Amino acid sequence: MSVQGLPPIRTEANALNTNGAQQRSGSPHQSMLLRMLFRSAVRRRGRVVTALSAMVVAAAVTTAVLNLYADVQAKLGTEFRSYGANIIVVAKEGMPLPADALQVVESALEGRGIAVPFAYVVARTSDGHSVVVAGTDFDRIRRLDRWWKVSAWPATSGEVLVGRRAAAVVNPQSGHFELSFQGHAIKLTSAGFLETGAGEDSRIYMPLGDFVKWTGVQPSTIEVAATGSTKEISAVLRKLEDALPTADVRPVRQIVEGEANVLNKTRATLLAASVLIILTAALCVLATLTGWVFDRRRDFAIMKALGASQRLINGFFATQAAAIGVAGALLGFAVGIGVASWIGRVNFHAPVTPRFVVLPLVLAGSVVVALLAAVLPIGLLRRVQPANILRGE
Amino acid sequence: MFFRMVYESFRRQKRRKLLAGVAVTLGVAVATAMIGVATDIGDKISRELRSYGANLVVTPQEDTVDVEIGGVNLKPPSDGAFLNEADLPKIKEIFWRNNIVGFAPMLPVNVKVGGPSDTKVVTLLGTYFSKRLKSGTQEFVTGVRITNPWWKVQGSWPDDNSNEVLLGERLAAKLHRRPGDRIDVNGRELRIAGILSTGSNEDEGIVAPLAVAQQIVGKPGAVRRIYVSALTKPEDAFARRDPKSLSPADLERWSCSPYAQSIAYQLQGAIPHSRAEQIRQVAQNEGTVLSRIKGLMLLLTVAALFASALAVSAAMATAIFERRHEVGLMKALGADNATVASLFFAEATLLAILGGLIGFAGGALLARKIGLAVFASEITIQPVLLPVILAIAVAVTFAGSAAAILRAVRFDPVFALRGEA
Repeated sequence: MSVQGLPPIRTEANALNTNGAQQRSGSPHQSMLLRMLFRSAVRRRGRVVTALSAMVVAAAVTTAVLNLYADVQAKLGTEFRSYGANIIVVAKEGMPLPADALQVVESALEGRGIAVPFAYVVARTSDGHSVVVAGTDFDRIRRLDRWWKVSAWPATSGEVLVGRRAAAVVNPQSGHFELSFQGHAIKLTSAGFLETGAGEDSRIYMPLGDFVKWTGVQPSTIEVAATGSTKEISAVLRKLEDALPTADVRPVRQIVEGEANVLNKTRATLLAASVLIILTAALCVLATLTGWVFDRRRDFAIMKALGASQRLINGFFATQAAAIGVAGALLGFAVGIGVASWIGRVNFHAPVTPRFVVLPLVLAGSVVVALLAAVLPIGLLRRVQPANILRGE
Repeated sequence: MFFRMVYESFRRQKRRKLLAGVAVTLGVAVATAMIGVATDIGDKISRELRSYGANLVVTPQEDTVDVEIGGVNLKPPSDGAFLNEADLPKIKEIFWRNNIVGFAPMLPVNVKVGGPSDTKVVTLLGTYFSKRLKSGTQEFVTGVRITNPWWKVQGSWPDDNSNEVLLGERLAAKLHRRPGDRIDVNGRELRIAGILSTGSNEDEGIVAPLAVAQQIVGKPGAVRRIYVSALTKPEDAFARRDPKSLSPADLERWSCSPYAQSIAYQLQGAIPHSRAEQIRQVAQNEGTVLSRIKGLMLLLTVAALFASALAVSAAMATAIFERRHEVGLMKALGADNATVASLFFAEATLLAILGGLIGFAGGALLARKIGLAVFASEITIQPVLLPVILAIAVAVTFAGSAAAILRAVRFDPVFALRGEA
């Protein structure tokens, strides 16, 4: 046969003639049906491969898009955490934070976020200016406030970070300066300058240990960056309120609401895009499979001419289509997971976790589209006399 | 003869052509809509990111250090330098004025509230709520309602020209005041229009029209700082260069990119004796979030283009495969492969252009709908895209048909005519 993989009539007709249903007395229809399904898949590899690949591509694209859609909240949530704290714990007026407040916050977070303690006093410089000094944990703050522009982070005890505006007051040109708080003087070395464009520029930051030794003032504020969805963050918020009844726990509305807003818009756009893509993929499958079934109208006519019932023919084509749908969906799911995790790495620098919840969706969708694609042309063919098809009209 | 054959083929095979045409149209529509959304998403999301608040701040040049803990200013308010309120409209006169979403001047003042028995010192913040300003012939509205969209008011927002104030919710709870009540501030009676909830330091204080704060501090026209909310381009290495060290050509390129830095530089030039800088918490992070979302949409657009290309090729392949007999007949009558192929390609081109035109219009409509539904503002498709989209449609239709045409051309006419192909 010069035409690749397309020698339909004779082969299938032969199969029908030599292994007629009468010879199989047990369950003639079933074993015959299986045989026909199998042989038609093997004999007409070309067309089956085309239909199957359309199915695989559609299922893969759908899987990838659904996976990304489900994961984008977590991925963007991580990006949004670079905006810094979304919860603030402040001591109520006249009451210090409990000594173990930081541990309590850490245990409420369960490792899903960062908490940074802050203590503040107003100190005096050697020439009588007032300046706010904050004691904090530099290792934590580097992870929380990634936008801080710092010329050099303090490495050892006694070194401090001087805000851009505060620098004008303390004159740390030589690198050393002196501050006093309630009569206690301390000599400090400036490690670097801090620039944020906000209130931090007017402060001097020093390690919490040095700060407490010098002033005796304990942390009064804990800034918390909790990761997770809006629901998870409000759960953390409630937990903190219960665990720290003597403190004020409040969300940073500016951050929380801004985040919710951007996330909702992004998800809505993504949803619209996903729907468009999935519809196009379904259209692609529909076009290919319809062509595939239509192309087999001779098989259809022969089966009919040999006395097959309409139900049997419908079943035959529907089973084939469904088989292609299932096989395509499974293969496509695997490919789609791969694509999604590649996109995750390229765009978010973190893999997208495979969601197996998507599988039944993709599977059901594929089978439905495949069946639809098979049923449409059969409906058209039913009206045609088999003789006409066989005559090539 | 050639044209007649193409024409006849369209006339006779209406249903087949319609199917292929619908596939091309839908494919092009999806591609157009996705390209439209992807090209506009940066602008749209960057507007949404403005809900994080101002990304630039303008302060007096000789501003001294703030002594402030937890929102309570410990420094006498008359200290230090001020900006001039009369200079504010100049913000809307800079080159990047259309990128300025809004701005809000701030004048914090320490005031005493309550009766003679229980006086409390709190911060009163003078600002614009939604003030109508004029610069040249252009009128615009600006204030905290635009720059700080997370501020919630129970009751009503005060008018900018009134003596009404907003009371922070924590302060209101302490003083047991409700909207409509009156409050004694430094001996003057002010009406509480609403209770303000911001989730930050303003909850402990009072927010008043700028003029009220100026009267209290006794400095008409004084502004301590201005928060500016601007649409900016994510920072890159070029943005971080110092404008003073740039060559004239580079400086022009630098000023003509809406970086936070270059807008700050222009603001500084527009407002006398001022210093403008980016609020790094907001400005720096905008870039990362924006580039992630843009990247995601770009990848999805590629996926959409791929899916529509496949749908178009599948439809074309099916349509051509149907016509093996015709090919057999043509070849039997002496047509060579090139003639047959060119006939099919001409048909494909016609389909692609027709489908492409309708699809482009449909896609533009779709993009508009998505824009309105998600961002409440339109996404317009540049007409420049039309030739690009049409070229893509033709290329995809060609590519999709090529394999099928090749196969059709290779048919042995004998088999085709006998009906065995």
